[in-house]
Amino acid sequence: MSALPLAITRRRRRSVRHTLDVRVSPYAYVAPFFLLFCAFGLFPLAYTAWVSLHEWTLLSDTQTFVGLDNYSTLLADGYFWNATFNTLSIGLLSTVPQLALAIWLAHLLNRRLRMQTLFRVALLIPNVTSVVAVVVIFSQLFGRDFGLINWVLSWFGAGKIDWAAGTATSHIALSVMIMWRWTGYNALIFLAAMQAVPRELYEAATIDGAGTFTQLRKITMPMIRPTIIFVVIVSTIGAMQIIAEPMLFGQSSGGGGVMVTGGPDRQFQTLALYVYELAFGNATFDFGYASAASWLMFVAVVIVSGINFLISRRVKGGLV
Amino acid sequence: MRLRYLTLIAVAFFSAFPLYYSVVVASRHNSALAQVPPPLVPGGNFFANVARVFDTVPFALALVNSVIVAGSIAVAVMFFSTLAGFAFAKLKFRGRNALLVITVATMMVPTQLGIIPLYMLMVKLEWTGTNYALIAPALVNAFGVFFMTQFLTRALPTELLEAGRVDGCTTWGLFWHVVLPTARPAAAVLGMLTFMSAWNDYFWPLVVLSPDNPTVQVALSTLASGYVNDYVLGLTGTAIGTLPLVAVFALFGKQIIGGIMQGAIKG
Repeated sequence: MSALPLAITRRRRRSVRHTLDVRVSPYAYVAPFFLLFCAFGLFPLAYTAWVSLHEWTLLSDTQTFVGLDNYSTLLADGYFWNATFNTLSIGLLSTVPQLALAIWLAHLLNRRLRMQTLFRVALLIPNVTSVVAVVVIFSQLFGRDFGLINWVLSWFGAGKIDWAAGTATSHIALSVMIMWRWTGYNALIFLAAMQAVPRELYEAATIDGAGTFTQLRKITMPMIRPTIIFVVIVSTIGAMQIIAEPMLFGQSSGGGGVMVTGGPDRQFQTLALYVYELAFGNATFDFGYASAASWLMFVAVVIVSGINFLISRRVKGGLV
Repeated sequence: MRLRYLTLIAVAFFSAFPLYYSVVVASRHNSALAQVPPPLVPGGNFFANVARVFDTVPFALALVNSVIVAGSIAVAVMFFSTLAGFAFAKLKFRGRNALLVITVATMMVPTQLGIIPLYMLMVKLEWTGTNYALIAPALVNAFGVFFMTQFLTRALPTELLEAGRVDGCTTWGLFWHVVLPTARPAAAVLGMLTFMSAWNDYFWPLVVLSPDNPTVQVALSTLASGYVNDYVLGLTGTAIGTLPLVAVFALFGKQIIGGIMQGAIKG
């Protein structure tokens, strides 16, 4: 008689534990990502806004609230606008040709091909190369006196170009490095999306006499539009934050400049690099001012991505 | 048709050539760089240059640090991503879809812009100059979670999980005995991808580490920023810091590429 209630309690306790297991454990399993993202991603980003309202340096323990002073100083800061221009210029020069080339390469790979794997591996090798390696190697290739690129250009009668010295030439050189590293990667992302497009569409188009370029424009592009939007936005966000390339280009091209200035005349200092210069590049560790620049960059990233989202959504073709 | 092959071969050439050229320079003497035409085949000076690299910067320490950091991150990302991917792919809980969408959306948050408070946080934790500062923020990421979710949705039979439940498995038991074995191939690809990107990470290690306790990338940048422009030294460091990774990639390229393309968001 007395064993029965005990068995019931035990079973009930077990079913409570079972319910807990089924209901709660999924949250525990996804929690590490969210906790980590909040602690090391979201919180620092939000805290940047708070720091930007203060006179705040690493060296002093007291922080004075200054309201929007850092921002008004920033808007009158010539270096800030110079860096903004450089960021937009390098961003456009590297992203637009890169994505066009990536779509075209993906289109070429999206057939039955011999050596398909070999081509894909070759396309992705630059992406496995570190930024440091890329810039060190390309600084050599872009060298004024002994660089391979000037040597090749000299066959066509070009004089010796001092790539790192000029605004336009340094932006081109940096864009080439960025493109070299990312075109193949984006091509593979596009290719993945293209392989999901039904073959019959192409067959029907071929019967109707549409050439391969028309097919790319009228079938492929509209069909992979969500992927295009995603890649455009991610690339934009990446381009707005370019820092390692100009930083390393400044030091390994040896233009006489300190590495944080992006060349002696700041001709290729990007916004992210300017933020780095303010925060860590000199003895003042001006975190408040640097945070204001960071936060303005964040606003700019959101605006530019939003514009790009609207533009790329309008990329339309015959089907959708 | 022929044009397509020619184009692709040209692209493959331009992809590989800069790395090849780094080996050419790394195996030469500085004086060879001034020749016209420039050297295009490797010379015999490689090992002497490698020795100079190890004399100039603490490169052995950098290699050890990089292996520890990239290895720990890769293992942690594989584990936590499989765990979260399992939950997103096969467990029912309120808010699942919303949380998954949020996870994907976080990939578009430019967290690099929060680097100043992140640095202040590391100062507070007294982790600056240590490998903890590199490992802790990278233990799991949105890409890994999404990647494993994609894979487990397809590859993990729901019947197998139900059978396990009937046999009295707890959720953790299911994860350990059913999910982990199934996830192994995708987790391996994720591990390799993660290892490579952690190995190549430059900016954050530069901010938070000091030059006397560097990772490979930080050591390379020190090498390249010498007061004298010693190109051969810089490119030798680059070659020995990069080529092992490229070799591994070439070996497992097919699997890794398959992984990247599956992780891509499909329309």
